[in-house]
Amino acid sequence: MDEAFVLNLMLWIPVIGVLLLIAARRNDRLARSLTVGVLTVQFVLASWLYTRFDAGAAGLQFVTNLPWIPQWGVSYLIGMDGFNVLLVMLTAFLGPVVVLGAHRSIDNDVPLFHAMVLLLQFAMMGAFLAQDLFLFYLFWEAMLIPMFLIIGIWGGTRRVYATVKFFLYTAFGSILMLAALIYLVQALAQTSSVTSFAFADLYRAQLPLSVQTVLLGAFALSFAIKVPMVPLHTWLPDAHVEAPTAGSVILAGVLLKMGTYGFMKLGFPLFPDAARAFTPALMTLAVISIVYGACLALVQTDIKKIIAYSSISHLGYVMLGLLSLELVGVQGAIMQMVSHGLVAAGLFLLVGMIYERCHTRELGDYGGLARLLPVFSVFFMIFTLASVGLPTTSGFTGEFLALLGAFAAAWPLHVAGQSYPLILASVAVLGVILGALYMLRFALTFLFGPTTAPHQPLSDLSMRERGILGALVIAIFALGLFPDSVMRKTEHAAREYQSLVKTSRLPEQAP
Amino acid sequence: MISLPHTLAAIVLLPLMGFLLNGVFATALGGHRFGNRLAAIVGCGFPIAAFVLTVNALLTLQAGGYAPLIEPLYRWATIGDSTFDVTFYFDRLSAIMTLVVTGVGSVIHVYSTGYMHDDKSHGRFFAYLNLFLFFMLLLVLGRSMLVLFVGWEGVGLASYLLIGFWFDDLANARAGKKAFVTNRIGDAGFLLGMFLLYRACGTLDMDTINAVFMGLAGSVPVVSASLVGLLLFIGATGKSAQIPLFVWLPDAMAGPTPVSALIHAATMVTAGVYLVVRMSGIYMHAPEASQVMAIVGVATAFLAATIALVQTDIKKVLAYSTVSQLGFMFLALGVGAYGVAIFHVVTHAFFKACLFLGAGSVIHALGGEQDIRKMGGLRTRIPITFWTFVIATAAIAGIPGLAGFFSKDEILWYAFASSRGGSPWLWGVAAVTALMTAFYMFRLLWLTFLGPSRMDHAVEHHVHESPLSMTGVLMLLALLSAVGGYFSIPHFLEAQVPLPAIVAEREHYERTLLVVSIVLAFSGLALAALMFGGSAERPERVKRALLPLHRLLSAKFYVDELYERLLARPLVWMSEQVLLRGSDRFMLDGMLNGMAALALRSAGLLGRLQTGSLHLYSLFVMAGIVGALVWSWRHG
Amino acid sequence: MDRTQLLLGLSIALFALGLLGLIIRRNALVMLMCMELMLNGVNLSLVTFSERYADAGGAVLVFLVFIVATAEIALAIPIVLLLVRHTRSMDIGRYTDLKG
Repeated sequence: MDEAFVLNLMLWIPVIGVLLLIAARRNDRLARSLTVGVLTVQFVLASWLYTRFDAGAAGLQFVTNLPWIPQWGVSYLIGMDGFNVLLVMLTAFLGPVVVLGAHRSIDNDVPLFHAMVLLLQFAMMGAFLAQDLFLFYLFWEAMLIPMFLIIGIWGGTRRVYATVKFFLYTAFGSILMLAALIYLVQALAQTSSVTSFAFADLYRAQLPLSVQTVLLGAFALSFAIKVPMVPLHTWLPDAHVEAPTAGSVILAGVLLKMGTYGFMKLGFPLFPDAARAFTPALMTLAVISIVYGACLALVQTDIKKIIAYSSISHLGYVMLGLLSLELVGVQGAIMQMVSHGLVAAGLFLLVGMIYERCHTRELGDYGGLARLLPVFSVFFMIFTLASVGLPTTSGFTGEFLALLGAFAAAWPLHVAGQSYPLILASVAVLGVILGALYMLRFALTFLFGPTTAPHQPLSDLSMRERGILGALVIAIFALGLFPDSVMRKTEHAAREYQSLVKTSRLPEQAP
Repeated sequence: MISLPHTLAAIVLLPLMGFLLNGVFATALGGHRFGNRLAAIVGCGFPIAAFVLTVNALLTLQAGGYAPLIEPLYRWATIGDSTFDVTFYFDRLSAIMTLVVTGVGSVIHVYSTGYMHDDKSHGRFFAYLNLFLFFMLLLVLGRSMLVLFVGWEGVGLASYLLIGFWFDDLANARAGKKAFVTNRIGDAGFLLGMFLLYRACGTLDMDTINAVFMGLAGSVPVVSASLVGLLLFIGATGKSAQIPLFVWLPDAMAGPTPVSALIHAATMVTAGVYLVVRMSGIYMHAPEASQVMAIVGVATAFLAATIALVQTDIKKVLAYSTVSQLGFMFLALGVGAYGVAIFHVVTHAFFKACLFLGAGSVIHALGGEQDIRKMGGLRTRIPITFWTFVIATAAIAGIPGLAGFFSKDEILWYAFASSRGGSPWLWGVAAVTALMTAFYMFRLLWLTFLGPSRMDHAVEHHVHESPLSMTGVLMLLALLSAVGGYFSIPHFLEAQVPLPAIVAEREHYERTLLVVSIVLAFSGLALAALMFGGSAERPERVKRALLPLHRLLSAKFYVDELYERLLARPLVWMSEQVLLRGSDRFMLDGMLNGMAALALRSAGLLGRLQTGSLHLYSLFVMAGIVGALVWSWRHG
Repeated sequence: MDRTQLLLGLSIALFALGLLGLIIRRNALVMLMCMELMLNGVNLSLVTFSERYADAGGAVLVFLVFIVATAEIALAIPIVLLLVRHTRSMDIGRYTDLKG
């Protein structure tokens, strides 16, 4: 079977799902089963593509290149490379998990909800697969509407505030990015008479440093809001708290990766000189994110907010790894992206499960759950340890390699006299202490001590719940114990990232 | 001796099997399908099998002329040209450590079958113990620092789970959390050291790193050995409870006694010592780091001993004693006597495990009482426990002939005379500590077992000797405490880790110091007998005379309170007030909500233009037209 | 003062009267009439210039204005009629539904 065709099928199958849902719009149960079916098929297709992905080949695979608006140089260009292969797998994997997780908690407008999930899945997948900037931007913007509606319709009490905040914040960044990308394409057309939105062509644009700085600023703003990096993070806690469980899982599992993916695929490679010039500043923000996120997670009383702030902290490691420009750091960053997707998804699922039973998010309302719900607690402990970065879990792989990269980059600079990056990297290591501190504080009141929980007696996890959590746990341990086969697939992309960002692309001075 | 291809992997993975089996089938997770007996058999069987395999591996090693056995398992990651592999490594040092871990580990497992017999989470206990063993074996058998670190963190996890084993009492869970977090602080230093080593040597394989630092490979290391040494030592202070990170160990006594014996006496806490010996190639070229280690070690030993003098909980005395003995080990490491430190690790494992398990037997006999002020008169009631406790106490006090005497004496000797940092000052402090050790241990013995009974009546009725599963182990460990010192481990290890040279001028003091050691041991015994052998009046008078000192020591020098005030509370305050309220809510969200309010306000203002009055609208239209006309007339 | 200036003066006067009336008067129909006045003022100036410079363009424009004005009146009067029917008044101060 032609792999490019399968890739397209995998991308578009959620749209087919939406059409089918329109037919099934009166039947809640059918809507659910249909969505699960569609997303499972998507996952199967994605897995097939994953196995067919050639780790030894550089560049794009399974490419589809159809001219769309030739006058502007826009084409429908999608393909898989080391950058998106893991993220596509993650998205496809989380799709069925999310829908199965939402089984009980959504009871109004069920077909609409599932349609939103499918559209969101389509948009996210498209954003990862797009290799044309116009196409990418379309998918990037397209992600906003379903998410907006998911939070706004099925969310909690302050959902309108949260979803409007989320939307406006993200859209603001996107508008700036639009202006920047138009300018970029224009600049490329003027200097090299190539009118194209394709990434491969844009990577060759030569821009003076001042222009690069401004454009990087616009792109970085948009991506930094999505990551989220401090100080642009305040939409996340509200969005997570008010979103329904499924929304939180998708948000934490996949949407947050968009920001880091954007930096990795676009922000830094498109403007390498500016990126390198601003590395200390960006690194500072990354380390601040790590520490700030952890400190705030320490004093939260809403269990969803704890995990929200922990996400901010974890993604700081990704940025650190990317900025190191060392192979080990970049690989670590990619692994941390995937790991965070799995771990945060699991934690939000667990929180959703306990919320379904007890209807409260206050940490103080809970205690001694290990006695009341042993299976739940075992899963909670596993995800907590993965979050803390215990070796044998994926969290360790990501954090360790990313930090190692940051150090490997910082040490020669220190020897050459520039000690600031080394200080930053050392502060980042403190993040592991804080990570243990806030997660174990969470676990302490939550799992241990005298038993307290509203609406007892409580039922432990059902087979469905165990199934989805179990799948996540297996993935977490697989990435923690056997990351080699996975990292081989991203190696070429990591090297490409390195070479793109390390090569200067300032226009040559006129003689 | 049978040559098995994957012996080392088997040694490591067998306990993991035990964990998985018991973890799933003997706990609430699997509906308690295994009964107590089956869980016990599984739980003890795998460690014993591992021990047998270890002995076999040792024989194989011996037969091969002590060339290290290297067993690659699989590749963890490939980064460019360098690889991170999971490989097992077995040399003399590994052999000793693994024997201790599997051997003492197995017997403690057997002891637990008796001690935890009536516990409702019996299966979970054995699962966790096996998990611990798995990680500990990873730690000592790993070739790369990465594998060691996996084991290092893993034993921290097992410790967390086991300290907080009886988690219905929040205080126990809190103690577990304290242990994990304190360890993590040390781990941050460990990670920094590892990163630097990777940068310098391009690999994390410990044998290669040692070679690089010894200059054998011909390459000069990029990183200062002392810096790396200090960073790794910080990691060791966390795991091995040295100043300033020792505070978790006394709290860890909240866990069941076999846990205290295995993890917090015999094995996990010695991981730091193992690490330093393993990386001796670095430390031999890091005089500053070694000096720091020696000073911190002896200071810890001294401090912990002073606290142990006044503790009233039987396990707390032993906990502080452990911290103190670990200090001795680091003192030995600091003066370059690596083999001697390992020697003390082994003898300490024997007598401390015996002491802890003996304490467990006492607690078991007294139905849960741990306060030594409420004991006494147990000598005849639980004789086996008593006599094994006596032997172990004598061993730790350094009574000649027993294991502890040999190892401690060597430490004192090298502290005095090592050419790599030994000094009379170090010896002096250590000697005083040894005296205190003898004193507080015999105090413990006296108050617990001898003299008239101070037990509560209800408790006294139930006093009974422990079952064979417990007493058998006690006897075995007591025997090892007695004879374990005759096998000279330092000389066994000398081929691998050479002993430091002796400063020429001090060489002739050896006899003298030996005599002093013996005198100290017996003095401690005598002092304790004097104080506690008679009426209760004597210790009371001394206590009243030195009341402020007593209070300071009882409060453990207020270290916990200090950390709380200086670190914990400010961190929470800063996170709460500054970051959450100040920054997140006030500034960032404030700015956002402010901008939104501004937009709303200005929209409201602009909205006032929409008066709904057609008149006004037409006026605007006309004004606009006129203005446009004028403008076009002006600008031609 | 020659003929052209006179006629222009007249057209300006017409326009100004119409503008003034539009601004001042509150009766919807009267406002419409004033708008017609303004249009006629403009027409007059167009015809004047057309005659002065012998350019037929001006006259053509006048016809254009007539047509547009007619169309506009054809729409405006029914709208005013509906408004009057709705609010029972010709006072434009009563037409406030667009108040924001």
